[in-house]
Amino acid sequence: MESHERLSAPLVLEYPFTRTTGPVIGAFLTGLRERIVLGIKRKDGTVLVPPTEYDPATSEALTEMVEVEQTGEVITWTWVQEPRDQSPWDRPHALAMIKLDGADTPLLHAVLVDSPETLDTGTRVRIKWREETEGHIKDIEGFLPVESKND
Amino acid sequence: MTDVNVPSSLDGVEPVQSVRTPIRMEYTFTPGVAAQTYLREFGNKKILGNVSPIDGAILVPPRGADPRHGALCEEFVEMPHTGHIGSYCVTNVPIPGRDLDLPYISAWIFLDGADVGFLNLVAECPPEECRIGMRVEAVWKPDEEIGMTAENILYWKPSGGPDIPFAEAGVRGWHARKQGETNA
Amino acid sequence: MRKVAIVAAASRQEEKMLDTEVEMMIPLISEVKAKTGLDQTEIGFTCSGSSDFLAGQAFSFVMTLDAVGPVPPISESHVEMDGAWALYETWVKFQMGIIDTALVYSYGKPSPGSLQDVLSTQLDPYYVAPLWPDAHAVAGLQARTLLEQGIINVDQLADCAVRAGTVESREEYFSQPMLSDPLRKADCPTYADGGVAMILAAEGKAEELCEKPAWITGIDHRIDVHHFGVRDFTTVPSARIAAEKAGVHDGPIDIAELHAAYTTHDLLLRKEMGLPETPNHSQRSYPIKADTLMASGLLRIAEAARAIWEGDANRALAHATAGPLLQQNLICVLSGEDT
Repeated sequence: MESHERLSAPLVLEYPFTRTTGPVIGAFLTGLRERIVLGIKRKDGTVLVPPTEYDPATSEALTEMVEVEQTGEVITWTWVQEPRDQSPWDRPHALAMIKLDGADTPLLHAVLVDSPETLDTGTRVRIKWREETEGHIKDIEGFLPVESKND
Repeated sequence: MTDVNVPSSLDGVEPVQSVRTPIRMEYTFTPGVAAQTYLREFGNKKILGNVSPIDGAILVPPRGADPRHGALCEEFVEMPHTGHIGSYCVTNVPIPGRDLDLPYISAWIFLDGADVGFLNLVAECPPEECRIGMRVEAVWKPDEEIGMTAENILYWKPSGGPDIPFAEAGVRGWHARKQGETNA
Repeated sequence: MRKVAIVAAASRQEEKMLDTEVEMMIPLISEVKAKTGLDQTEIGFTCSGSSDFLAGQAFSFVMTLDAVGPVPPISESHVEMDGAWALYETWVKFQMGIIDTALVYSYGKPSPGSLQDVLSTQLDPYYVAPLWPDAHAVAGLQARTLLEQGIINVDQLADCAVRAGTVESREEYFSQPMLSDPLRKADCPTYADGGVAMILAAEGKAEELCEKPAWITGIDHRIDVHHFGVRDFTTVPSARIAAEKAGVHDGPIDIAELHAAYTTHDLLLRKEMGLPETPNHSQRSYPIKADTLMASGLLRIAEAARAIWEGDANRALAHATAGPLLQQNLICVLSGEDT
């Protein structure tokens, strides 16, 4: 095969996906739209955030949803220098697991800081809500560091 | 399902029941080795087929493989722009993404000498006159619009001439030829 | 347990292949058939692993059957997973006594598409995928926890990178900027197009097809939860349990082929499975240097089999993983002698 320029053509696959949410995920997303965060109680009393319909470890159906705080702690993080095209963020940011006060499990989201030097595991953060919320994980625009625990 | 208990802070608000999570994936698709050769020649208004190294079957369009045997096909042969209809379907409803006059006819086109067919449109033919075994010829785009793309051939039109008998039309042709060889 | 062996294998990896998946697989599948003298009609079952999302085409694996020659019709199955799980399904069919020979293959062509986008679509569709974290970022989250809790240290990462060949020295490692803090480029995989094919046969048949069958003496796979918040980033219970069930430590392990696309994964898996941090015998190839989604795991099994055939090992471990954070793990133990 001669070394012509290889033929190529762009191929785009797009899926619109509108997913039904059920009562648990639906309630969590409703909460986000209303600017509150819900978790769900496991049988041992610990609170799962974000909530799932069934206990991930025991598979029991879960039904007790509770509100958790909007502040929390960074459990771990990494730095995203070049957000991907479909990412909700268009500038470098930290991606982190954040445990909200009142929750026993962390959730994944962004911490909106300018450089990795300003963030540590253990940094206290609070939710920054989007101006317009719709019932989507992106209703949380990201998290911002707070000055102190009593902020 | 058991009822879920939600805190009173959500009393009276419209519950979210669905969420939009679109995805988009972009690829730079490259046709394979055989397809590259086929498309380049198609850009010169030539139609190529592959020759099976196992039994000489002519496979159009060429994919570099004889799928019956899992064998690489590296030999090409130039095909005429005439053939016949192996089977066809008349469609009366529009398809999203295509702007076709209704009704339209899609058919398995077997080029003269080919042992497998490919899907293409048949036009300039009233649907009630379309039939298995009908001879057709290619109608190309104007020369200035020809490129290295499957879109070069607009459709196939009746070319006249005696029909291929049903028993030898389409893939039955391959079996008829094989039978003929056995009987020879 | 019915004894099953790998009797032939062929593989290929290249950064960017011009061939279609079919053109790539035909020579590999033909090679293993030729090595064993089997034609398709003599193969009891064919099973493959691949990803339609990666190929950008629904049912792409059906098209790849053109490389197998399924005429007359064959008994066939497919998993939308690494071929290691196609091998597992095949092994189960052997155990049921339904077949005596099988063809297993898997392949992936990440070069035409955006592999990171494809990998993100496997994440929780409500809570995680819409944030589009890429695989390096997810690995980075786990890496930081491992480092901060003292499970591993950066010198170990550097030494692992040197061992795998992504850098030549500790100095070179530490001179690299962060790619996904705390992971550097040397800690993360380079992707490659590729495929692997192998023939399996049961006791009684394997000996006819191969001088030294690589017997599967243990195989198991386990999966952990997908909820990131419930996972303990410092452990891989599924790998540990799969290793126990596969009987990894029933004997010495001469070579361990780990499907570790990240240095952190390599170190963590070794801890969980009780393997030495610095192995006596290097892997024959490292996924971190050439990672083919859908085939890297089956390729580990092929490399372990090759080590047996070439006399480099009498007992070899092959590991395959799927999902983020080492969520799902398969362990296959191969043995050269009659045990």
